[in-house]
Amino acid sequence: MKVADALPRLPNFSHAILVVRDDAGYPLSAATAFRVIDGGIELAPVKTGENVIRDAAGGALNPAGAGWRFVPRTARGWDEQDLSFPELCQRALPQARRYLVQLSAERGHEVRPQMALGWRFFLATRLPFLSATIVPVFLGLAAAGYDRRFSIGLALLTLLGGVAIHLGLNVANDIFDTLSGADEANFTPTQFSGGSRVLQYGLVSLRQMAIIASTCYAIAILIGLILVLATGPGLLWVGVAGVLISYFYTAPPLRLVHRGLGEVCVALGFGPIMTLGAYFVQTGHYALRPLVLSIPVGLLVMLILYANEIPDRGADAKAGKRTLVVRMPKDAVLLGYVASVAATYVVIILGVVLRILPWPTLLALLTAWLAYQTFEGLRAHYESPYQLMPFLGKNVKLHLYTGLLLVLGMLVATVSR
Amino acid sequence: MQTSIAPVNMPAPVVGLLQAALVAELTVVGEGGRLRTDPMIPFWDGRHILMTSSILFSRKLQDIKANPRVSLSLSDPVGVPANPFSRATIQGDARVIDEDLHQGWLRVLPLWEAKEPIIKTLLAPLQRLGLPLFWERAIIEVTPKRVLWWPQGDTTREPEVADLRGAPV
Repeated sequence: MKVADALPRLPNFSHAILVVRDDAGYPLSAATAFRVIDGGIELAPVKTGENVIRDAAGGALNPAGAGWRFVPRTARGWDEQDLSFPELCQRALPQARRYLVQLSAERGHEVRPQMALGWRFFLATRLPFLSATIVPVFLGLAAAGYDRRFSIGLALLTLLGGVAIHLGLNVANDIFDTLSGADEANFTPTQFSGGSRVLQYGLVSLRQMAIIASTCYAIAILIGLILVLATGPGLLWVGVAGVLISYFYTAPPLRLVHRGLGEVCVALGFGPIMTLGAYFVQTGHYALRPLVLSIPVGLLVMLILYANEIPDRGADAKAGKRTLVVRMPKDAVLLGYVASVAATYVVIILGVVLRILPWPTLLALLTAWLAYQTFEGLRAHYESPYQLMPFLGKNVKLHLYTGLLLVLGMLVATVSR
Repeated sequence: MQTSIAPVNMPAPVVGLLQAALVAELTVVGEGGRLRTDPMIPFWDGRHILMTSSILFSRKLQDIKANPRVSLSLSDPVGVPANPFSRATIQGDARVIDEDLHQGWLRVLPLWEAKEPIIKTLLAPLQRLGLPLFWERAIIEVTPKRVLWWPQGDTTREPEVADLRGAPV
């Protein structure tokens, strides 16, 4: 903080704390009245018993005098209006690391922050975001059920495979965002953006993250191969596309998200690929209905990423992560949001009008109010990461509720068919 | 917090201030002898003044390890809602207790909860996930050596001074 910025703020304070070092070497602090005069500060003299308060030259200051004046050379301060407490904590991470390094040196072994294994896994894999996988898989299963084809065993394997690839993606994304510097440069992460931060906090090592990601991908590939054997080679292409998109989302050399393709990849991966894959596993063929069903959830899951990129855009730009939100001005970003939401509902309505989707899927239109609220929040708090958080949460719910209402619509239609 | 150790002869009005204080100003001797002051919430256990600091804001902890001499002011009429209001400064020797950053500081929690009941809500597992390093904390334990007390909070008047290393002055 500059002295010139600090001085005008001082009259907001009721008193000052004068700190000096006493003759015994102890700090001595005491409250006193003060006023700002001509770029300097005048303090009311403080009486401290036998302690002598001295000026910079070592001379004793007279506690019976009119006032003690000094000219400030440096200033430091924190105002939560300028810098939120969560951001202050993020900016303080290097100090925490320095302390842990010093403590490790004192003790002769590495000292790390602690967290229960389950919570570390929860945080590292970003488990709550699994709704992005569950919704399209359920939609594919619901579409297959509508066609009177359903195997619970294959359904569970499909879900497990989808979950594994999603968790692998989340962890790989953290690894590559850390290596590229994007997560390190982000001082305003929220629960929806900025990655899991487990690497930045030192809760999980890069090696452990690599092991988790590799294990998840291995499980996903193994399940994919079992499903290909069980249902036919037609699934292979969808599976391969899913794994490649997931891995190269942030991984070099493609780094799809750095090229403004992250949104499209997410829309494809958590839309048509998951839904059609789940449908194929049950029926052994592809069809138009699950494809149409997948488009709204693909668009809405894309909007989760898209909106989450709003608070991250500064750090992303620094790290060369040229997402759509980084590339476009605010108005264009908001227009893109509205257009995508509108396309979501138009696809559902057209699907019903063209008799591709059964009419109960129109239930999904009930979420339009939530979409409106989310848009208003994004518009109002575009520049305020932490005020955006509730609306980023609504955006996640928009995807979840719309998807689940589509599933419900398909189930109602299946039962009443 | 119950304590079995012998109480220090801290002046009663200052004990009252410590027990009421939601904010105190801790001054430590930093690198090159430069003084640094940070707001802290103080707790009194009958013998020591206890404070906790996250490792995020741990420069003061490093400074105390290098030079344990500290000063604590109880100065703010809002942050120290004692009635009648007065002001005090306590000089003492500090010790950093950081053997267990994750759990060790929880021994101060009953005193903290008594002053800030909301802290229990913030300690819920899902809440802690948001800022996990904020909850990796050390305890600063200050053994008081000298107390200056200004009865009406007016520091332009001479304070009452108690030297806790010996008889009251």
